Amino acid sequence: MAAAIEVRDLVKTYGPARAVDGVSFSIDEGEVFAFLGPNGAGKTTTIEILEGHRERTSGEVSVLGFDPATGGRKMRDRFGIVLQSSGIDRELTVREVLDLYRSAYTHRRPVDEVIGMVGLEGKADDRVATLSGGQKRRVDLALGLVGDPDLIFLDEPTTGFDPGARRRSWELIDNLAGLGRTVVLTTHYLDEAEHLANRVAVLNGGRIVAAGTPAELRDAASTETSITFRLPTVDSPLGDLLGSLTGRVTGRSREIEIVTPAPTADLAHITSWAVRRGIELEGLTVSKGDLEDAYLGLLADEQTDVE
Amino acid sequence: MNERVPVIPMLWRQTRAQNRAFWRVPIGAFFTLGLPLIMLVLFVALFGNDTLDSTYGNIKTAQFYAPGLAVFAAASATYTNIGMNLSMRRDEGILKRVRGTPLPPWIYLAGVVLSGVWIALVSTVVMMGIGVFAYDVNIEAAKMPAAALSFLVGTITFALLGVALAAVAKSASAAPGIANSTILPLAFVSQVFISLGESRDVPGWLNLVGNIFPLKHFALSFGQAMSPFSKAPAFEWGHLGVMAIWAAIGGLVAWRKFGWDPVPGASSRRARRANRAAVG
Repeated sequence: MAAAIEVRDLVKTYGPARAVDGVSFSIDEGEVFAFLGPNGAGKTTTIEILEGHRERTSGEVSVLGFDPATGGRKMRDRFGIVLQSSGIDRELTVREVLDLYRSAYTHRRPVDEVIGMVGLEGKADDRVATLSGGQKRRVDLALGLVGDPDLIFLDEPTTGFDPGARRRSWELIDNLAGLGRTVVLTTHYLDEAEHLANRVAVLNGGRIVAAGTPAELRDAASTETSITFRLPTVDSPLGDLLGSLTGRVTGRSREIEIVTPAPTADLAHITSWAVRRGIELEGLTVSKGDLEDAYLGLLADEQTDVE
Repeated sequence: MNERVPVIPMLWRQTRAQNRAFWRVPIGAFFTLGLPLIMLVLFVALFGNDTLDSTYGNIKTAQFYAPGLAVFAAASATYTNIGMNLSMRRDEGILKRVRGTPLPPWIYLAGVVLSGVWIALVSTVVMMGIGVFAYDVNIEAAKMPAAALSFLVGTITFALLGVALAAVAKSASAAPGIANSTILPLAFVSQVFISLGESRDVPGWLNLVGNIFPLKHFALSFGQAMSPFSKAPAFEWGHLGVMAIWAAIGGLVAWRKFGWDPVPGASSRRARRANRAAVG
């Protein structure tokens, strides 16, 4: 599949601060690609450079074959941009705003269709000023769609949404991807990245600290497995078991957790120890960390690297 | 997308949207249109609408108030209104949003300018209309081309200065201060509120200040077209020329300095520099 976006060694500095510090990635056509990271990680700077809103300090960037710094009108005609926070003409109605912005594009989606896509049918003739925060955000989303774009940028698209509106936006984004549109989004919600994205790049401190499918990230980041179980009585001593384990043992009274790089061996020790003593280990679970653990682990690693 | 940009329809849509947004904010419409009208009523009530007998016939004093206040309303509708609106929209991120669409930026700004000119036209027509119907102001058809030209050059000048104002004011809170502290004192030395008359004793430096800035030239060129003493067609090329120079200055400042992104921490110089770099 052809690459919609190709970025090599992207750097953006503000004075001495390096907001984006040597980032490379490529995004295929039709892919949903998420930048995940905490505030200040460089997500917005990166996406706004792709949109043409900011100029890069150095590096190579190609978006739909354009250099976003010089792509101009032809390039923007194929973009749908949903900025993280940007006002909408408050005095106009939802329909008027969509109609106004739509008129600048060559390919136009019918206004009513877009209103339906974001679920604002009942508010079409209300002034933007009277809408709630979540409804305004849906107008933002609608404005990103009126030009029937090939490439859609979504900077934290569902921040501030209630769970229902969030689900609905996810469906919408899934549908866009289904139509072969390329979607680039930033988020600090893990579940959002996991649900929507084919691939995720975790940004921290202006660098990509990990990239891959959500499943790959999980695997790569959590090399350790956690074994948990419950002892039958408070005073069952772990005794000689402790010496034979490779992992770290933590636990409070009956709840024991062992985090280990060698789960097979440790599990064998634990079970044989329990069988020898005739103890039934309640709730024995072996689990690989979830995406959240992986993510927090990545950020923690990065933190120690910096210091 | 190889076809040419459909300039006229785009411009029309932008102008119409700007205009719609303006009239839907009653307070803005009041300050632009209502305030000068109230001043006209007050002037007549305070100073009277005396009849002067002259070789030109009977002339009411409102004949001089109305054009001055019409010019003031026209300058407010363009300079103040555009300067404040644009900087507010920049703060809100609307301008940044527009910049991310294929709409050519100049068409957006032209829509803002044209809508300002249209609002100024409505204000001027209402002002002169009330003058004619309520206060016996005379309008001479032969001088109307000169009035129209003065109006056009004046409003375009002040509209461009309004865009320049928004370019210089880094935040929406700075814009009204700059607008009012420039236009209001200037109005007093520019024959807008009071007809100073060329012969009266005005301190020389005030005359000079008035002569340097464009408001007086707008007031005098429009005033001449409305004056019973002038000779038709009453084109005031000198005044129009000074305004054209200011239009060029306004256009140049707007061209060089106008930014589309909100300025984070507009008071800090570093943030401003960073933003300028970011806008590039």
